[in-house]
Amino acid sequence: MTPSFEAPAEASDVVRVLAADGSYAPSPTAERYLPLIDALTDAELETFYRDMVVVRAFDRQATNLQRQGQLALWPPSLGQEAAQVGSVRAARTHDHVFPSYREHVVVTTRGVDPIDIIRLMRGLTHGGWNPADHQNTHLYTLVLGAQTLHATGLGMGLVFDGRTGTGDPEKDEAVIVYYGDGASSQGDVHEAMVFAASYNTPQVFFLQNNHWAISVPVSTQSRVPLARRGEGYGIPSVRVDGNDVLASYAVSKLALDEARSGAGPRAIEALTYRMGAHTTSDDPTKYRTSDEEESWAERDPIARMRAFLQNRGASASFFDEVDAAAAAYADDVRVRTNALGDIPTEIMFDHVYGDAHPLVQEQQRWLAEYEASFEEGNA
Amino acid sequence: MSDIQTLPFAKALNAGLRAAMAADDHVLLMGEDIGPLGGVFRVTEGLHAEFGSQRVLDTPLAESGIVGTAIGLTMAGFRPVIEIQFDGFVFPAFDQITTQLAKLTNRHEGTANFPVVIRIPYGGHIGAVEHHQESPEAYFAHTPGLRVVSPSTPNDAYWMIQDAIASPDPVIFLEPKAKYWMKGEVDVAERALPLHASRVVRRGTDVTLVGHGAMVTTLLQAAALAEGEGTSCEVIDVRSLAPIDYEPILESVRRTGRMIYAQEAPGNVSVGSEVAATVMERAFYALEAPVLRVSGFDVPFPPAKLEGQFLPDADRILEAVDRVLAY
Repeated sequence: MTPSFEAPAEASDVVRVLAADGSYAPSPTAERYLPLIDALTDAELETFYRDMVVVRAFDRQATNLQRQGQLALWPPSLGQEAAQVGSVRAARTHDHVFPSYREHVVVTTRGVDPIDIIRLMRGLTHGGWNPADHQNTHLYTLVLGAQTLHATGLGMGLVFDGRTGTGDPEKDEAVIVYYGDGASSQGDVHEAMVFAASYNTPQVFFLQNNHWAISVPVSTQSRVPLARRGEGYGIPSVRVDGNDVLASYAVSKLALDEARSGAGPRAIEALTYRMGAHTTSDDPTKYRTSDEEESWAERDPIARMRAFLQNRGASASFFDEVDAAAAAYADDVRVRTNALGDIPTEIMFDHVYGDAHPLVQEQQRWLAEYEASFEEGNA
Repeated sequence: MSDIQTLPFAKALNAGLRAAMAADDHVLLMGEDIGPLGGVFRVTEGLHAEFGSQRVLDTPLAESGIVGTAIGLTMAGFRPVIEIQFDGFVFPAFDQITTQLAKLTNRHEGTANFPVVIRIPYGGHIGAVEHHQESPEAYFAHTPGLRVVSPSTPNDAYWMIQDAIASPDPVIFLEPKAKYWMKGEVDVAERALPLHASRVVRRGTDVTLVGHGAMVTTLLQAAALAEGEGTSCEVIDVRSLAPIDYEPILESVRRTGRMIYAQEAPGNVSVGSEVAATVMERAFYALEAPVLRVSGFDVPFPPAKLEGQFLPDADRILEAVDRVLAY
């Protein structure tokens, strides 16, 4: 039997500030968050919108590049922009961010060059950037949920070293970790919550419930709203409309600030929707209806924020300028992708270990001699 | 300058851990029941009282959680030393060890190291129930990015644990649990051999006997018995299973022409298989006989009342000695 759900995005506990049409219509549960939203400047509101539009353009470009044979694979972030922008803009630059692998908006907002994600998906690297150079934004993790434990462990270290919970938000560090509704079934996520609660880590578990784990619906992962799992571990948890960038920002901001103050871990379930395929290898028409996709298209996070800004009096020239900037950003990624060269063979042997390793060195030497032998033969 | 103390293996490990923790306040211990209890084998006894509960963590009972959070702790500048309670309990952490910990240095392309030590009591001889007597070393030795070592004496236990903690890389530290109570001389002033060096522990001229962990003692017993029969066996403790230091082994085989590898683990796709293949590749013309392996059988570790038949003993090694001498 398939468990029945209330229509989750409309459930009464879900924190929402903007209605789907962009009107300012806070839900009763949003009341406590409104001061955080009132404090946002026009420039910040415009930045949220700009982030979403720019990265959507990049995401579409990357999908096209995969179709053109430039990338092995692309997991689109299409539709999840508000959950990602709202949460990551709530983090301070000294906080620590652990993405899964669809967090293109999150990591680029923290200063990661989109070409580094492209390199990962093109088969040029397994990493891509140095977290220490990008506001402690850690590498993508492809094994679902594994990164939640790394985030918890880092949080434990912050506690042990007194780098959090001192009462000074300018210094106190917090951790936010991203995962999805599919990953929420992984044991590592549950163990991460156990450890987080036991060691009172300054950590926010940010679950983007995009309703599909490739082809399997969230109803197979859980009979109850996923946010209730956090409660089971003693972690205060909240559900938010993940297509509402203001609500996503406010719940994340409060959760991060509570966590950094020493109040312990927090969990957020952001209800959003993977508007595109799981990856470019996927075919959603085999498992979900166009009616469902259309109903979520009506809740598009970017259209919602655009309507909100228009209602506030943002000028047409602002939107035109953002669109032009997004197009330029995507064009730049395309140009640089097409210019990416090959990688030298020897990097396969680099950094397998931090210290010298005789077996790896010997094999590297052998391969170099083997390849050189062909060059000599041609000479 | 030497300063020699006689210590059981477990106490030597304890002293090595204490020295590493005293030298670096970001070395911390994690595991199940390692705090006030001191671990089920008492290897961490007294360390909780000495260093406190933020340096000696009695963690929740979840091995993947322990290894995964240890990875995160390295990102905050710590050097975690994990105790897995028994060999057969490491597998819930297998993903975090082999697909996360082992690969993170490579994925970070030189910008970060992940110095986690995972101590695992391993092997048989203690008559315990299922999952408590296994030898899982091949899984880890097979995994690029991990270092795998196994001390066989108290002196090596004392020094190798400190060297493992100092390594920038993840180290699987296999402790032959049958030897925890074996006493030996520990020179706390003079370092042992480097972490990844193999060592000739007995000189001989006719057959080279090679092994690791608890099996080194068994090889020495076999060598003593063989001597009574007029056969001179050289015994080598490989100490490090990944990487393996082949030079002392090859040097020995070039003199003896005969080699046997002994191990408790099942022989199929084992460390002994790898050593045998490498010796065949690199010392083929020196060999007078095929390299033989004396291993646990390729069956699940049997009920404890049969461990005497499962585990190689001196007689099974001597049987192999007879076979290599027959060529």
